[in-house]
Amino acid sequence: MKPAPFDYVCAQTVREAHAVLAAEEDEACVLAGGQSLIPMLSMRLARPKVVVDIMRVPALAAVDDNGQTLRIGAAVRQAELLRRADLGDKQPLLRLALPWVGHAQTRSRGTLCGSAAHADPSAEIPLVLVALEGTIELSTRWRRRRVPAEAFFTGMMTTARRPDELIEAIVVPCRRPNTGYAFREFGRRYGDFAIVACAALASPRGARLAVGGVADRPVARNFADLHGRALDEAVEAFAWELEARDDLHATAAYRRALVRRMGREMIEEARRCRG
Amino acid sequence: MSRLDALGWHRVRFELNGRVVESNAQPRMLLTDFLRHSLGMTGTHVGCEHGVCGACTIEIDGVPARACLTLAVQVHGATLRTVEGLAPMPDRLSILQEAFRRHHALQCGFCTPGILMSLDWYLRTKPGPTEVELREFLAGHLCRCTGYVPIVKAALDAAERLREASHA
Amino acid sequence: MGGQSAAWLGQSVARVEDAALLTGAGRFIDDLGVRPGTLHAAILRSPHAHALIRAMNVDGARRAHGVAMVLTGEDVKAVTASLIVGIKVPMECWPIAVDRVRYVGEPVAVVVAESRYVAEDAVDLIAVDYNPLPAIIDPLAALAPGTPLLHPELGSNLASDRSFRYGDPERAFAQAPRRITVSVRYPRNSCTPIETYGIVAEYDRGEDAYDVLANFQGPFSLHPVMARALKVPGNRFRLRTPPDSGGSFGVKQGLFPYVVLIGAAARVTGRPVKWIEDRLEHLCASVSATNRITRLEAAVGLDGRVAALAFDQLEDVGAHLRAPEPATLYRMHGNLTGAYDIRHLAVRNRVVLTNKTPTGLNRGFGGPQVYYPLERLMQRIAVELALDPIEVIRRNLVASEAFPYRTASGGLLDSGDYAGTVELALRDGRFADLKARRDQARAEGRIYGIGMAAVVEPSVSNMGYLTTVLTVEERQRLGPKNGAHATATVRLDPSGTVSVAIASAPQGQGHRTVAAQIVADTLGLSPREIRVVTEIDTAKDAWSIASGNYSSRFAPAVGGAVLLAATRLRDRLSRLAAAQLNVPIGDIEFAAARVHSRSNPENALAFSRLTAASHWAPATMLEGEQAISETVFWTPPELSPPSDADTINSSLCHGFIFDFCGVEIDRVTGSLRIDTYVTAHDCGRILHPGMVAGQITGGFAHALGAAIYEEYAYTADGSFLAGTFADYLLPTSMEVVEPIILHTQSPSPFTPLGSKGVGEGNAMSTPVCVANAVADALGVTAIDLPLSPAKLAAFLHPVEVEPAGRGDAAPQGHGRALRGAGQVAIPGEPQEIWTMLLDADVLGGLIPGCQRIDRKSPTQFRAEVLVGVGPVKGRYRVDIALSDLDPPHAVTLTGSAIGALGFARGTGRILLAQTRGATRLQYEYTAHIGGKLAAVAARLLDGAARLLIGQFFSALRHRRKGRSLGLVGRLQAVLRRRR
Repeated sequence: MKPAPFDYVCAQTVREAHAVLAAEEDEACVLAGGQSLIPMLSMRLARPKVVVDIMRVPALAAVDDNGQTLRIGAAVRQAELLRRADLGDKQPLLRLALPWVGHAQTRSRGTLCGSAAHADPSAEIPLVLVALEGTIELSTRWRRRRVPAEAFFTGMMTTARRPDELIEAIVVPCRRPNTGYAFREFGRRYGDFAIVACAALASPRGARLAVGGVADRPVARNFADLHGRALDEAVEAFAWELEARDDLHATAAYRRALVRRMGREMIEEARRCRG
Repeated sequence: MSRLDALGWHRVRFELNGRVVESNAQPRMLLTDFLRHSLGMTGTHVGCEHGVCGACTIEIDGVPARACLTLAVQVHGATLRTVEGLAPMPDRLSILQEAFRRHHALQCGFCTPGILMSLDWYLRTKPGPTEVELREFLAGHLCRCTGYVPIVKAALDAAERLREASHA
Repeated sequence: MGGQSAAWLGQSVARVEDAALLTGAGRFIDDLGVRPGTLHAAILRSPHAHALIRAMNVDGARRAHGVAMVLTGEDVKAVTASLIVGIKVPMECWPIAVDRVRYVGEPVAVVVAESRYVAEDAVDLIAVDYNPLPAIIDPLAALAPGTPLLHPELGSNLASDRSFRYGDPERAFAQAPRRITVSVRYPRNSCTPIETYGIVAEYDRGEDAYDVLANFQGPFSLHPVMARALKVPGNRFRLRTPPDSGGSFGVKQGLFPYVVLIGAAARVTGRPVKWIEDRLEHLCASVSATNRITRLEAAVGLDGRVAALAFDQLEDVGAHLRAPEPATLYRMHGNLTGAYDIRHLAVRNRVVLTNKTPTGLNRGFGGPQVYYPLERLMQRIAVELALDPIEVIRRNLVASEAFPYRTASGGLLDSGDYAGTVELALRDGRFADLKARRDQARAEGRIYGIGMAAVVEPSVSNMGYLTTVLTVEERQRLGPKNGAHATATVRLDPSGTVSVAIASAPQGQGHRTVAAQIVADTLGLSPREIRVVTEIDTAKDAWSIASGNYSSRFAPAVGGAVLLAATRLRDRLSRLAAAQLNVPIGDIEFAAARVHSRSNPENALAFSRLTAASHWAPATMLEGEQAISETVFWTPPELSPPSDADTINSSLCHGFIFDFCGVEIDRVTGSLRIDTYVTAHDCGRILHPGMVAGQITGGFAHALGAAIYEEYAYTADGSFLAGTFADYLLPTSMEVVEPIILHTQSPSPFTPLGSKGVGEGNAMSTPVCVANAVADALGVTAIDLPLSPAKLAAFLHPVEVEPAGRGDAAPQGHGRALRGAGQVAIPGEPQEIWTMLLDADVLGGLIPGCQRIDRKSPTQFRAEVLVGVGPVKGRYRVDIALSDLDPPHAVTLTGSAIGALGFARGTGRILLAQTRGATRLQYEYTAHIGGKLAAVAARLLDGAARLLIGQFFSALRHRRKGRSLGLVGRLQAVLRRRR
């Protein structure tokens, strides 16, 4: 399984990356950690004309913490972020979800922004972004914009990124006071694609549950202060709304069952973790 | 900024097991093929070419990395270690390699280099792991011969000996 | 055996193989250099499970830079002959498709180029025109009347139908107080070693001879098959194996058709050709184990004693009856009654062809498929008769005094103490504690179960067992086939060191180490003085059709041959030493690299001195003798051909395994946790405890995979879904628990060392042991593998109630076909929309990624599209037909697309209804996607199909909106399309 031919540009600045994307648009692929892109190149599922490597752009390697938000640059590797001793304090949901992304041997190279760009329906980082209502920063040479996570993930491996845009960073809110976070995923084996993944938070605004692995992108719902039977019914309705499908690894009914039970448990756990 | 042409052969130069090596590669050339066929370092094996089996795991800039998920051109200027660089001296095995031998932690040996590189990094960064932690870490490697049990035992044994060696 | 106590055998000595493997100095086939000028092959493979090849255009590929040759089926056929099939049926078997493809992944063309990269580029340039045929996936469907035939010349998809009868099963059934039946569908899996196939082939034009290096594991009965297919006599087909092989477990038996294919490529190209299989190829087109449907009925007494068994086995061998199939079905023929003393047996064996990967050797080879129904049956007997399952097993076991025991179908169980091994397991494995754990867990409301399995593990196959499938007359015509030659050569150097060559082709089983232990003990040396070579070279080495490493034959057979060769040399050296030391022969002892008189140890010679004499002073040897080299061909007399009553001793040795386990099932996720697993083995004499533990644990891990995680999954139309390691799930260190291993040792009277094979046992016992535990936990009557969480959860979760008002719910996928539905409101009258759908230009604008479209007829179009989802883009040729037209209300739209990433076929029914000022367009579709995309991204296909179909109807709406919006709207639509 060898890739088809492509040119390679090792960008040293954001501007250089912009230039390639502006010139080639959807004939260019951005290479960050490579853990998702390179298998696609090797299987010839993707055949770009040029690959632009952004891992040596210093401006993209920063994690900026301004107390309100955590801004994670495109060249920040998953393992790097996970190594931060304060990650659990800064944003517990990231701390809970990151160990489930691939394996240690892929987290050492893979990036968070790369996972967001790839938008696999069962991926953990897009799920966390949707749960936390994070934003994705996109830029070209001439304009920048910030897209809310829910608008960014538009479908199966499809995002709102335009072909000439670079994902510069993802931004997540820091841990809010009086807020609890919970995460769980279930796959056939440890480290597998999630069959169902649930990320929940409980804040003064109410409970919010985001589910990945079921629909063709992560989907979130707010459950306010619902408890007991009312919460059951709301979660039940959510499970059906996700339009689960049968596939090689699980049936639709099974996925709904997991959403029902696991989703409910995560809401409760997040509530327990508050304050 | 240079754009490496798809069909051209471009110089790739990096440090490998403490020595500088170089050869030419097209942009699409996978690091596994570069190591094995351009540099003759055949210790790193290819088991799946999509990053799941772990047989190709090496160390790039101090962290474990799947060589099959890396382009040769990406590691220009980097520092790499492969299984050929693990033994401290030509006729002496490292503590980890010795433990593997003692516990029969390999049969066909095809997945072994990747596991050794992974564990070598892990035991350096996380001394004294529990069995559960080791099994979690090893889940990124597939072995069809051993059933993993002797590998876990060898890793625990090596961790113990490394701890003793560092106290001594 | 030797006159001294065994010093090395029985110890877990460090392996001589390890130092190189641990330092990256292994010599696997892709690590070895090749001759300058060697080219590289890449294979174009069928995306269809079943199709006619209408046309193939290889011009673009042939002309591509760096390409030396492109071979089609016709090119290969011109220089080769059909591979022999396992039974004499009018059916051909080529290593490449000729006019028809029969399984996803079947080779269709071979490109030979300067590198694998360049060869794959050229593969992309080959255009094949397929005429898809219905695919047969289910073995029962293959037998249904009117089903399309895979091999029309065979006249059926049924390749063999044989019945057997031993004892008086009819009477036993008639007299039985109870009849208990199990029906089982055993799924398909494969052992997937981490190293794939590798072949380097050369053709010598001057001598019309082939030289092939391949990581082939044997059996070398396939050597004449390959030679014949390459149209050369055996001595012009030189087959060599590399020093190291990265696992095989039977799978590297199946590379022999590729040897023929790559050999043909080398011949046609005129250069050496190398091919290293990649993982995608391996998963769909190497070999897999068979899947089998079995109905097993027992005539049972009220005490649980089984008087008779009736097997009805329907074996699915995939698209070709490739040698040595139907061996999977007949390997166990002498052992169909397992560990039990059952004298009456009826068997019906049918072999059927389906559009799936051709099958071959896999670990366990026929054992899992037999023991699953048999041990499920034993549990059912206990449940239905309200008996203790251990008691049921005990009452039926072959008695310890009965060995050697002849089974009803002719198997000769060499030795064992089955009841004793069971007792050991129950006692040392603490079965009573396990029962208490189960009770405690259940009291706490947890779902916990206990299962067990008793299994006889055969090893050293009788090379004649396959002829059991023939009738007596056919066997008489062909001549007898039987035996199991094992070969070893021991050579003594002038300096006193020893070289050993064995025709065993190991793939990690440590043969070099164990063979050295055997010789060391025999000659009084240390293993370090002995060097063993396991690479086989059919031009130079001693070998037979039985050579190779399969059916766990090393320890019993090859090890035995090593012992015999070393012993014969030692005996000749003894005579020489006795003369030199002037003592009687019986007084000679070999120890510590010396040869001495037992009664007077001072009277001694260095071993090296003795061996030197043989080289330097042959005149001092007793007449005619030399003590330099000894080659042994050993074949056990117990392996005779099938009798006229169709009885066959299918294997020489029989180990015994008794397993029990406790499992817990998570109530929410249905996931299965093995709480404890005890496996008690009797594999005869243990030569190297560490390696035996390694084989057992490895087999156990393979079996957990087969039981819980692995499945060769196909859609109803034959698309293969388990194309990468992301979907074909091997157990990892998190899934494999450490089994508790116990041993008894009943040496085999039939092997020189008393050892038996041990490599395959848990592959046979563990899947059913775990399934029995799950059945116990869930309280269910029947359960098939794999024991996936969704399957187990279905027994536990309450039935869903679909909310009312889900009118637009998409119909659920059936048999993994993609189904969907939707609706969209479009401005305009139905008549206007209708006209648009029949307009080629408009249609071209609607089809995602359409680059050009031509109208072939009023209702047929052909388009070239470049389309994808996210970064995954491919070029496709799309044919669209409109049918069942009911203007302007309804139309059926059928599309089929083919491209390098695979193919897609879909049919949709579109309904147009007038609503206020607009048209409501409803659609419902069924789609099949196959080829590479289905194999590597199965779980994403559904979403991808919905996305693309959604894009089509979105485009239709935008176009209409554009029209009514005017210029701005149309510009916007154009801009959107350009992205």
